[in-house]
Amino acid sequence: MRHFEEQLDDLRKLLLQMSGLVESAIYRSVHSLVERDEDLAQQVLNNESRINQMEIEIDDLAIGLLALEQPVAKDLRFLTSAIKINNDLERMGDLAVNIVERALDLVHEPAVTASVDIPQMATLVESMVRKALDSFVKKESDLARSVLTSDDEVDDWRDTIYRQMIRYMQENPAMIPQCVSMMFVARNLERIADHATNIAEDVLFLIEGIDVRHHAEAHQAS
Amino acid sequence: MAYPPPAEGKKPDAAIRFPAGAVAKFQISDLDFYYGPKKVLMDISLAIPEKTITALIGPSGCGKSTFLRTLNRMSETVRHTRMEGQILLDGTDIKTMDLVTLRRQVGMVFQKPNPFPKTIFDNVAYGLRVNGVPRGMTLAEAVEKSLHRAALWDEVKDSLRKSAYALSGGQQQRLCIARALAVNPQVLLLDEPCSALDPIATAKIEDLLLTLKDVCTIVIVTHNMQQAARVSTVTGFFLLGRLIEFNETRILFKTPARKETEDYITGRFG
Repeated sequence: MRHFEEQLDDLRKLLLQMSGLVESAIYRSVHSLVERDEDLAQQVLNNESRINQMEIEIDDLAIGLLALEQPVAKDLRFLTSAIKINNDLERMGDLAVNIVERALDLVHEPAVTASVDIPQMATLVESMVRKALDSFVKKESDLARSVLTSDDEVDDWRDTIYRQMIRYMQENPAMIPQCVSMMFVARNLERIADHATNIAEDVLFLIEGIDVRHHAEAHQAS
Repeated sequence: MAYPPPAEGKKPDAAIRFPAGAVAKFQISDLDFYYGPKKVLMDISLAIPEKTITALIGPSGCGKSTFLRTLNRMSETVRHTRMEGQILLDGTDIKTMDLVTLRRQVGMVFQKPNPFPKTIFDNVAYGLRVNGVPRGMTLAEAVEKSLHRAALWDEVKDSLRKSAYALSGGQQQRLCIARALAVNPQVLLLDEPCSALDPIATAKIEDLLLTLKDVCTIVIVTHNMQQAARVSTVTGFFLLGRLIEFNETRILFKTPARKETEDYITGRFG
């Protein structure tokens, strides 16, 4: 294997390692909220600096390869996608921390007793994140496309949770702070799904060389 | 769009494309070329767009320089060679054209700078003395204009009577370009013009080519893929005597259609 290919492989491994950390942070953040588990929340906070550090390592390696190797074709697509996926992963890690901060606020407060669809929404978002990262690892464009189709469903869940919380606040004004926190959690989950969508779009560019952002594929075909 | 239209019974080649909206300067159809019994170019069909820089890339011995030399029939200067197929320049078959006229219209610059053993002025004036000075200009004015176009005037204006051999390699190459430009060619063929030059001289030649493309059709053979990516609008990839892919440079270097192209440009060839 050429030195350049070895370095691309190193970059791929670093991204996979970071993906694992971020996926785990999202899972733990939601479970710390649902199960009111402070230990899980603390684990997410402890891992944040590692994710941030990896973002810098990955950018440094990718930008170095762009400067020194002047890659083209699939290597160029891989490196530009890697830089963008890296940024999305780091943002997803930040959003998991936001959820955890809300979870820690809520853990000592009376629980919202109404039915809130956060776990259902979280299951869908976690599945999108997993599929997006799997599509990158396995280079499967069909899997990446399946992530894009879930984005609207996530938006619907967020709107449902907003409605549930507004109704609950009207009936229980004393619970407004907890309900606002829940709405923030829904918002953060929806943002995580947006980043998973970005990753899926980058994977499609990486594999097929097509740009599907903002329906660019349709614009190019017309 | 796919171009040129395939001959009857042939399938269109999706990897040979012509930029939308461009005008063809050369139309090449079913070109084969032989050195003695050996066939070195096989079934080449493409159109080269006008007033555009077209880069030809490929490994050594792939036929890109041979192809370049067919465009002004320089290939005929090698004995025991034979060309089949058709090359049209603005719709005229180059086989039917007078050689002097063809080569005045289609100038050439080689890998190694090859100034004449004369002064800087006389190098540029040589073609003008043979072909005549453009109406309304003196010889000195025509020489100055060519040196300006080759971005060399400021560096040599005080030493026009010095030997061309006193110039640096990069300046000699720009002098050769000035000499070729003096007779107002419509096409400039360049065969690895920067391979013997340092990065600064290379950058000057590349800048020069980018300014010339507004007035001239340029076809450049290069081993330097970054150079092809930097200066050209269209790129053709040759392999073992065949044209594998021909497309807009930004597409070919981002999403090549053929695996052979991708393997070559990413250095995984062979």
